[in-house]
Amino acid sequence: MSAPRTSSAPVLPPAPPRAAAPPVHPDPPGERRPAPRRRSLRSRLGPYLLLLPALVPVAVGLGYPLVRQFVLSFQEYGLAQQFGRPAEWVGLRNYTTLLSDPYVWGVIGRSVLFCLVNAALTMAVGIAVAVLMTRVGRGARITLQVGLLLAWGTPVLATMTVWQWLFDSQYGVVNWLLAEPLGLTGMRQHSWIIEPASFYLVATVIVVWMSVPFVVFTVYAGLLQVPEECMEAAQLDGANAWQRLRHLSLPMVKPVLLVVALLQVIWDLRVFTQIYVLQRAGAPTRETHLLGTYIYSLAKEFSMAGAMATIMLVITFVLTVFYIRRMLKEEV
Amino acid sequence: MTAARPGAPAAARRRARGGGTGRRLLGLLAVLVALVWVFPIYWMVNSAFLPTNRMRTGEPSFLPFGGTFSNFRNVLTDSAFYDAFKVSLAVTGLTLVVAILFAFLGALAISRFRFRGRRSFILTILVVQMIPAEGLFISQYQMLDNWGLVNAVLGLTIVYVAAILPFTVWMLRGFVAGVPLELEEAAMMDGLSRTGAFFRITFPLLAPGLVASGVYGFLQAWNEYTLALVVMTDPDQRTLPLWLQGLVEANRATDWGLVMAGATLISVPVIVFFLFVQKRMSAGLVAGAVKG
Repeated sequence: MSAPRTSSAPVLPPAPPRAAAPPVHPDPPGERRPAPRRRSLRSRLGPYLLLLPALVPVAVGLGYPLVRQFVLSFQEYGLAQQFGRPAEWVGLRNYTTLLSDPYVWGVIGRSVLFCLVNAALTMAVGIAVAVLMTRVGRGARITLQVGLLLAWGTPVLATMTVWQWLFDSQYGVVNWLLAEPLGLTGMRQHSWIIEPASFYLVATVIVVWMSVPFVVFTVYAGLLQVPEECMEAAQLDGANAWQRLRHLSLPMVKPVLLVVALLQVIWDLRVFTQIYVLQRAGAPTRETHLLGTYIYSLAKEFSMAGAMATIMLVITFVLTVFYIRRMLKEEV
Repeated sequence: MTAARPGAPAAARRRARGGGTGRRLLGLLAVLVALVWVFPIYWMVNSAFLPTNRMRTGEPSFLPFGGTFSNFRNVLTDSAFYDAFKVSLAVTGLTLVVAILFAFLGALAISRFRFRGRRSFILTILVVQMIPAEGLFISQYQMLDNWGLVNAVLGLTIVYVAAILPFTVWMLRGFVAGVPLELEEAAMMDGLSRTGAFFRITFPLLAPGLVASGVYGFLQAWNEYTLALVVMTDPDQRTLPLWLQGLVEANRATDWGLVMAGATLISVPVIVFFLFVQKRMSAGLVAGAVKG
């Protein structure tokens, strides 16, 4: 499950939030404790015993499937093996089969493009709205916050049903608006999801709509932390509002922007629920698959699905390695 | 490095800047943006009250005049709704209890103890969160299948707990670290044991953190769709999101009002909980990220 919107509200909000409160512990052991007493066996084992309950479910629910999937991706494992035939090692064959198929490259290309376009749009709209929020009066700000929070808090499946209906060919409001007030009568029975291009357009509208509230609130919270004195000093020096934003506020919230952008990339690459639900609404699946739905469609061929999932993990890693390295340096 | 304290500094800044027509235009723009985001939600609730024949006219009704409760009645008299509700409740409840308890112990370990492997553990927590569920679900399905846990509350709970734990540990770590050790030490000076000091002094201060992570876990498990779709293939074991999707597929183009009533019903409690916890979540996300 994830976070809001993206919520494909995917299960994992892979959000590494910094501590909600300033971390108070300095690193060296025993520094805060006046006289480090001789530690008993029990107190040395203590932290490990505390960690164990958290480690076991993660190892079972994530670690084991991950390793198993990786191993399977080098084996022939299909229906026959499910009925007891031992799996054969086939080396890289699953990978070469997949990667020599132009269709698979199409899926990868579409997914990466979809991910980058959606992440970029979400960031642009989100930052713009966050800045807008700092510039308006109390009433307008609260209206905006309530609107965004409602959109953010609604379960993904519920919002997906509304969006399906808004874009419904027969009873949808979108077609009605285009046909009636705007006079485009050709749009009366228009199906938005039958053509891949407009399918992705609809998916993008939905994903961006779902993702923006998180970006707005996070960036807004960051902008509020920019020290007042800096802004005043810049104002005295004659910087106008745009210059203060461009050269002062945004650079100061850059760490926040980086985290948020990274999360968007991760979330948008793995987008599943929105695509799956739209496909079920009657779109041609083969032309509209992205990585998540494609892996799901391979479910019957475990080895292929495993290989494809491994490829997806590699793509995720490639797209995020920059941030992970940064994190390794700063976080721990 | 402090958590976001919205309000005070921003308000001062705004007052300093003054108003004008430009501000009013921006205010108007803000309201328009709010409308764009709120419209689908409004549309969901509004349509849930409209009778079926009104929806079939092809002319959308933008206001709930002539409303009816019949859509809600139809949903609430459907036994499938209650079945799904029960499954959702069981999975979410079990996930929450296990995840919060285990995460709390883990958070305690990393914020109150120094030990070998602490850094690697923190690193694992952070990296694990990057793994997309969609890159694992087939494998998770297979694992549960081998154990006979497909279509079982326990099976879905296992993958949910694994998915939620890392973030919850991280979130709680912040709360535990926020309670100064000195408080505990002072209590120990006054004669309490270490455990006693923890439970009498620190634990009560952690209540808000536990509630916040609890609500967070609730939202994740309650709304989750992808893993439920993979694990709960039997229509009798559907969770609420799966039930809603089934409702859409059965009534598409025939009864959108019914579908919207279903969507509204499952959304309202979630939105309430969400509003309650949102601030804490996003404050936790950014706190410390801006170095002032």
